Formats: sequence, C-alpha cells, structure tokens
Amino acid sequence: MIRFDSVTKRYDKGRQALNNISFEVATGELIFLTGHSGAGKTTLLKLLALIERPTRGQVLFEGRNIGRLAERRIPAHRQQIGMVFQDHKLLEDRSVFENVALPMIIGGYAQREIRGRVRAALDYVGLLDNEKHTPAMLSTGEQQRVGIARAIVARPKLLIADEPTGNLDPELSLDIMNLFRRFNEVGVTMLIATHDLGLVDQLGGRRLVLEGGTVKADY
Amino acid sequence: MIRSLNNYFIRHAQNCLGALGNMVRQPVASALTIAVIGIAIAMPSALNILVKNGRALAGGLEDIRDFSVYTIPGATQEQAENLRMRLEKDTLIKSTQLITAEQALQTFRGDGEFGDLVSALNNNPLPHTIVIRPTSAAEPAALQALKNTLLRDPRIDLVKLDTGWVRRLNAILDVARRAVWIATIMLVGAVIVIIGNTIRLDIQNRRAEIEVSKLLGASDGFVRRPFLYTGFWYGLLGGIFALLLLVISLWILSGPVTRLVGLYGGGFEPFGIDGVTLLAVFLISMAAGLGGAWSAVARHLAAIQPRV
Repeated sequence: MIRFDSVTKRYDKGRQALNNISFEVATGELIFLTGHSGAGKTTLLKLLALIERPTRGQVLFEGRNIGRLAERRIPAHRQQIGMVFQDHKLLEDRSVFENVALPMIIGGYAQREIRGRVRAALDYVGLLDNEKHTPAMLSTGEQQRVGIARAIVARPKLLIADEPTGNLDPELSLDIMNLFRRFNEVGVTMLIATHDLGLVDQLGGRRLVLEGGTVKADY
Repeated sequence: MIRSLNNYFIRHAQNCLGALGNMVRQPVASALTIAVIGIAIAMPSALNILVKNGRALAGGLEDIRDFSVYTIPGATQEQAENLRMRLEKDTLIKSTQLITAEQALQTFRGDGEFGDLVSALNNNPLPHTIVIRPTSAAEPAALQALKNTLLRDPRIDLVKLDTGWVRRLNAILDVARRAVWIATIMLVGAVIVIIGNTIRLDIQNRRAEIEVSKLLGASDGFVRRPFLYTGFWYGLLGGIFALLLLVISLWILSGPVTRLVGLYGGGFEPFGIDGVTLLAVFLISMAAGLGGAWSAVARHLAAIQPRV
C-alpha cells in the first residue's frame, strides 16, 4: 500500500531529514517507527500526509506517486488518512462531538451519518458521555482519545500517529496503543511513530528503526 | 467531496447562518464595523440623490429659462400670432404666450411710475412679445442656435435669451456629479478595505481552526466559505444601515428643501429614494463586502498551512 523508493528529504535550511530511504508497507499492516528525535520519523509521516514533498525519490501510496500530486488534489488525499498527534490538535472552542465530527463535515457527509459515526467513534474510545464537553474539561488522556476518535471516524485507509502517547503515563499509554491495535485488526493500515521502546517491546509487531534519516533496522 | 447536492445547500446554509451567528456573538465590534460601513455608503448615496435632484430642479425651474422674442415695431398682431404658432411647433419649445403691444401697454399703464409716461404717449411704441418656454430637455447650446435662427427672421427685432444662468447651473452640477463619482469610488474603496481588514483579523483569530481543517483534508473552498459569508453579511447589513441613515437624513431635510423649492417657484416633487438608488446601494454594499472578504482570503488564507 505504501512504498518509499530511495526517498531523500532535505529542508530549505539544509537539514537532511531523510537519506535515501526505502521500505514497503502492506495493506493492513501495523508498523512502529522508532528512533531518537531527529531520526526522521515525523518527516516520514509528513511526506505521507503531503505536508512536505520529497526532495528525491518516490513516495507511492496505493501505487500512485503522491510526491507529484497537484496542489488541488492534496485535500482529497489527506481525507483518506487519519492523523493523531502528540499535541492533540483539538479545537478548544468546540465540543468533543464537533471536534470528532470535523473530518466528516469536511468530507461532506450527511448529518444523520455524521451523528451515528461520531457516536460510534466516541464509544470506541470510551468517551460517549463526554460528547458535549470542551477539550479543556478533559484530562490529557481523554483529550488524546478524542484525537483518536477524530482520526478514525471517517474510516480512513491509513492511520498515522506521531508520538500519540508522548504525554501520557505508562498505563494510559498501553491503553492507547491497544486502541490502535484493535482498530488495526479491522484492517486499517497503521504507522505509529514512537520513541517509547519499552511500549513497543510490550506490544510486539513490526518495527522500522530510523537513525539519521535512514532505516537502521526493519523487523 | 460533495456527496449530494442537498448537502451542498445545507453546507452553504450552515456557513451563511454560522457567519451571522459569529457576528452576533461579538455584538459591539460587529455593530461598530457595520456603522462605519453604513456611513461610508450613505454619504455618496446622499450626494448622488442631491445631485440627481439638483438636475431635476434646474430642469424644473421652468420660468427661469423662459426667454422673450420681440417683434419689430410696425409688425401686426396677426404677424405676431403667426410667428407664435410657428414657434409653438418647434420641438425645443414647450409652450408660447403672446403679449400684444396693447396688453403690454396696459401692464405699464397700471404700473405707478410708468403710468403717467404712458398717458403722455400718442401711439404705442411697444412691440408684441412672444414669451417662449423651452422644454426641460432643451440644452443651452440648442437654445442658442434657436436664438440665432430667430434673429435672422426680419419680423423679429430682439431675442432676450440669457442661457448664462442655466449654463452656470449645469456646469456646477457637472462638477458636483464628477466630485460625487470620485467620492463614491473612494468611499466604496474604503468599505472594501475596512471589510478586508476585519476579515483578515477574523482569519488570524481562527488560525488554529484553519490549520487543523487543512490537515484533515479541507479544500480551499471549504476553508474560504465562512469568511466570504461574513464579508457578505457585513456588506448587506452595512447597506441596510446606510439606507436607514439616508431615510432619516432625507426626512430631516425634506422640510427646508420643500421650502427652498417653493421659493424658486418650482413645481416638482421633493426628493426621496427611488428604486434605482435602493438597488444600487444594496448591490454595491454586497459587492464591496464580498470583494473585501475575497481580497483578505486570497492574501492570507494560503499562507496558513498545517504545522506538525
């Protein structure tokens, strides 16, 4: 489903984030991206979300080279990807419901469908009762779970997560990761970047170890 | 992606009402902006109405434009009457009136100072007079040409035509009209800038929302729409406020203006807001609103990209 083909990314200021990196991800796989900060994990995810374009090489998504995708097609591409971030990126002035509904509003879904799916997503992360609250009223862990609900509500083909458990304690982190795992079992391809090696050890699964912009290990 | 046409309309309705709701939530700031826009639109509109009615006034002060044609001494009344009937048919002339030498004499006889002088006269030295009232559409140049034609008629002695007054008034009105045009363009420009700036601030305040929306795959149209609707509402409400100001101003002015017009003997209706002005105010204010919003959106929205 995803293939990186000799991808290099150099930022304008000269910083080389990815150096001739190549790997493949099959549909439905769950992959952990590990490595120290600065190893290139975030850049890799940015290339997938077309927040950045590769300097060299090809990024293939479902067989298509998205590095050459026209600007006006980027929104449609991003709608296929669910994203979870370390800072939850929720809208503070909207309710939990409205936050989770946002991808579906963007996608032009009907009101009734939105209601059903948002509630299903909130139920999945265990926050159905918090529908009307604002993010400020929630704990860090709950906020992160709202972020996950938002990422899955539109049933994306790919889910990417950048340090989703960065701010959480070990117990919560495990809960969050198990949420991801359960969702992966439904068939959604996932790339999760994390520097918490202990957690990855606990969960098991394929991991891509990055260092200095290259793949150091893949197992 | 639009999943159905029905959704499309619902989205627009939501954006439209949502934009209005946002304005209501900041009542003081919104009201001030609307007031400024309303004043900026009302001023040129009021000037426009004044100039328009000034021209009507100039055209309507009919007797000011009357001019007199005097026959040569010795011309008979019959000749004068023939001349009058011929002139009546001219397209430039609305109506004519013949004052015979006898009638003229009678008028003087009744007039204190001249009365004694007239009694001392043996015969009537006065000519026949044809008072000509031109149509309101007759231009000074055309009337001057008519005067020249009349002077070539051997039966006519003198033509008293003072187009200077009318020419001066029309010249003043032309200057006024051009000045009003300039003022209108400047003030509409000001409205566009004001709304553009308001929208720019709105965009800045909603930066986080825009970034997240773009990250989740919102198209440019999706992100733009609420701001364009906000600009539309500012334009529309500003236009309504402008009309309110106009109605009130005209109502205040109507008393003195009617009196002024009456003093000049004018017989036309005091001004009001006609349908064309009404439509123009609405269209211009909505266009300025959308224009201002569009310029702000074009300049500032693209710059906001998702940050991860």
